[in-house]
Amino acid sequence: MAKREGLEVSVAVGDAAMLSDADVVSAYPITPQTHIVEHLAELVANGELKAAYIPVESEHSAMSACIGASAVGARTFTATAAQGLELMHEVLYVASAMRFPMVMTVANRALSAPISIWGDHSDAMAVRDTGWIQIFVENGQEAVDNVICGFRIGEDKRVLLPVMIHLDGFALTHVIEPIELPDKKDVDQFLPPFKYPLPLDPEKPVTMGALGSPFIYTEVKWGQEINLEKAKSVTLEVWQEFDKLFGRKYSPIEQYRTEGAKTLLLTMGSYSETAMVAVDKMRGDGKEVGLLKLRLWRPFPYEELREVVKDADTLIVLDRAISFGGPGGPVCSEIKAALYEEKKRPRIIGFVGGLGGRDISMAGFEEIVNRGIEIARTGSEREFEIYGVRE
Amino acid sequence: MAKAKTKAKPRTKGELGWKEVELGFFITEPGNSVEVRTGDWKSRRPVVDFKKCNKCTLCYFFCPEGCIAKTKDGYFEADLFYCKGCGICATECPKEAITMVEEER
Repeated sequence: MAKREGLEVSVAVGDAAMLSDADVVSAYPITPQTHIVEHLAELVANGELKAAYIPVESEHSAMSACIGASAVGARTFTATAAQGLELMHEVLYVASAMRFPMVMTVANRALSAPISIWGDHSDAMAVRDTGWIQIFVENGQEAVDNVICGFRIGEDKRVLLPVMIHLDGFALTHVIEPIELPDKKDVDQFLPPFKYPLPLDPEKPVTMGALGSPFIYTEVKWGQEINLEKAKSVTLEVWQEFDKLFGRKYSPIEQYRTEGAKTLLLTMGSYSETAMVAVDKMRGDGKEVGLLKLRLWRPFPYEELREVVKDADTLIVLDRAISFGGPGGPVCSEIKAALYEEKKRPRIIGFVGGLGGRDISMAGFEEIVNRGIEIARTGSEREFEIYGVRE
Repeated sequence: MAKAKTKAKPRTKGELGWKEVELGFFITEPGNSVEVRTGDWKSRRPVVDFKKCNKCTLCYFFCPEGCIAKTKDGYFEADLFYCKGCGICATECPKEAITMVEEER
């Protein structure tokens, strides 16, 4: 029987990759992802994890090595953050378009400049369109569970795509939390061995990475899009089965105290935990406020979003990244687009906050909600507002 | 790229639907590029005036794509399925029998 113990989340994430029987780990260390890959390097060196650990000279090489590993049918894991994710940017598109399953945890961190090792979602938002399945987690247990689910989702024959698990740098990676690591035999039952249908094999040669002329590029891209859209139903299926076996439920958008809520706040990642406490406080004060936690970022859960916001008057979206010179928060912008055609939709108010590791306290979330309600009534001079900036 | 169904199912030559693209756009059979319409981005195409042609074969040898073949009557003509419209055949033709015309569709 699996037991809960105090574990550093990074260590637990490494353990989750081990429980998943990763065959190949290729990574380049970068704060705040370092402890994940350090731990995996130790597990491999100690013989606890029978895997090839490929130390590389950059993240660009790390992702390239992962692609090669996945192409021969190896279960592949990597992790990175911020500038590292940006350095592997072009290769991310190759992994998804060539349909190579792998799991990558991204220890979300702000992008330079100024250089910041602290957390926000600017790295995640910069890779929004890379064609990966992307899941945001809010605590260590979710990170562990979704690494295991990530392999299962990505390796499903109907999907065959790489999966990114976003967990906040420091706020999650460097904290010790009570975490239940599943038993190996249960993980084995949940996650069958990986069999890639068209691996690199000298007995049955294939060409990978051929030129796609104008004659065929559109067809390839359309197939890729349809395939990623379909991955949503498989993700839901895998989460349901995970719940049956391990007793923990996951959904694309989790609702917290949303019954009868006129005002909804939407957050992603670890800040949702503080937001929950803030919602408790506001509910205690008699305010009809609820919280939405967006977990499945790609493929985007359109139907689920439309369903959960339909009775609200105001929807306040907190982004932890800026799409500069554009709509402000990329998440808010997508949510506005998703609801544009709805006959009945809430007023949508966008905030940017929590940049570069700036905390948002319980009182902060309360302030954001109050200001959001005010903007819904009186309007704002700006498309979006930033929370907590000093004049 | 997808070989899927290309042999079993008759279709317009070189036209592949998105559902027929192989996993990851992999090529599972060697040498299948002959089935791919690589000449779809030309801006000009060669038109031969067979009255002027003396069957000298120079166009056949100069074509960098190797897409000029002998016709039944012994003349030479480019296969537009592969021709990129480079115009080398027209430049080299000693009889000026080949004219490059705008590819308008």
